[in-house]
Amino acid sequence: MVDEATKKSLAQIPLLKTKAGPRDGELWVGRLKEEYQSLIKNNKDSDNDWFRLESNKEGTRWFGKCWYFHNLLKGGKICLTDHFKPLWARNVPKFGIAHAMSLGLGPWLAVEIPDLVDKGIITHKAKEEAAA
Amino acid sequence: MSSVEELQKKIRQLENELEAEKQKNRQVIRQKISQMSSEVVDSNPYSRLMALKRMGIVDNYELLLFDYDKVELANMNRLFYQPHQSGIQGGLKAGQPVDLVLSCVDNFEARMAINTACNELGQIWIESGVSENAVSGHIQFVIPGETACFGCAPPLVVATKTDEKTLKREGVCAASLPTTMAVVAGFLDFFPTMSMKPNETCDDRHCIRRQAEYKKREAAKPKTEKLEVKEEEVVHEDNPFEIELVSETTCEESEAAEGSQIQLAEGLKVAYTVPAPENNSGSGDTVETSGQSLDDLMAQMKSL
Repeated sequence: MVDEATKKSLAQIPLLKTKAGPRDGELWVGRLKEEYQSLIKNNKDSDNDWFRLESNKEGTRWFGKCWYFHNLLKGGKICLTDHFKPLWARNVPKFGIAHAMSLGLGPWLAVEIPDLVDKGIITHKAKEEAAA
Repeated sequence: MSSVEELQKKIRQLENELEAEKQKNRQVIRQKISQMSSEVVDSNPYSRLMALKRMGIVDNYELLLFDYDKVELANMNRLFYQPHQSGIQGGLKAGQPVDLVLSCVDNFEARMAINTACNELGQIWIESGVSENAVSGHIQFVIPGETACFGCAPPLVVATKTDEKTLKREGVCAASLPTTMAVVAGFLDFFPTMSMKPNETCDDRHCIRRQAEYKKREAAKPKTEKLEVKEEEVVHEDNPFEIELVSETTCEESEAAEGSQIQLAEGLKVAYTVPAPENNSGSGDTVETSGQSLDDLMAQMKSL
């Protein structure tokens, strides 16, 4: 299910330790710190630097940007509900947001973007400008 | 070519037809029933909900329903909905505390969510469920800290973190389970009950907290005098070879290997032990917890 490329990028993301949710007070602050440290480490690594994230102060809402290289195969394709969710559940609390991006968003983009490009729903911006 | 009058007449006729069609589709909305009645008549949708009151089990009670599911056609045989209502969002909401929570969910994840919430709140609740083959089931009364919570002795799929979708069987219609259950219950007269102590190594930290609270409450209660029965130590009359029974492992050794032992009643021992929690500090692949504050980290992230 998980291919070698994904495994490799996954291995570079540090695992987390604290099992806590936003309702857990100080424990959650600790978890949030771990999340940030893991994300920073991931983004410093040039191979894995394909997204930027930030959160609100409470760490309950996350927003950011991601980049995807179309037709440049990187990582495998997995289905979020059938593959990612059970994998995630088995790895509580070790997996963090960085893992979710690597194992969830990445493979999701790998499925969706080519499909959207094929259907002509999204186009490359630079090419569009060149044509105009 | 038809005249203007003819056309106007035609329009009027069509308008009337449209109005008649609309009238047909208009639904009669039932007025809100202010007082729930337990009277069994076809016009009373609450009679089944009020069965407990009718049986004399409860005096007078209020029932709050939470249901975030969409009403589906398959629900029609069991729920108080009519086909035209399928697709509507069921449920009521409330902010006030309740006496008892009844869990009526169909998967383990939802059960664990209720368990977590009830442990945090110290809310008494009843969990119940039936197996996928409809021939067995369980009812569990949970008083957080006093009796075992759902996470204290979780089902195998939960404990092993297996995807619970693997339990679903092809061709089994969950909606027809109650019928099968009712038939099976008619055959059975076997319903064992037992009391289950909370697990001291439960994964839910709120459960552990409730257990400590319960112990404190129990300790504060006035103690009833216990008659002490002194047991005489068994000493054999002669032991010419001075044979003694000595354990192969010391207490410290077994504790290091198996974690702290649960205090059990005399004569009982656990069949399985959980390995002592691993100390992660040595391995390098986990995040290092440095002294940086959250604000520092957030700023660092932004500056990347």
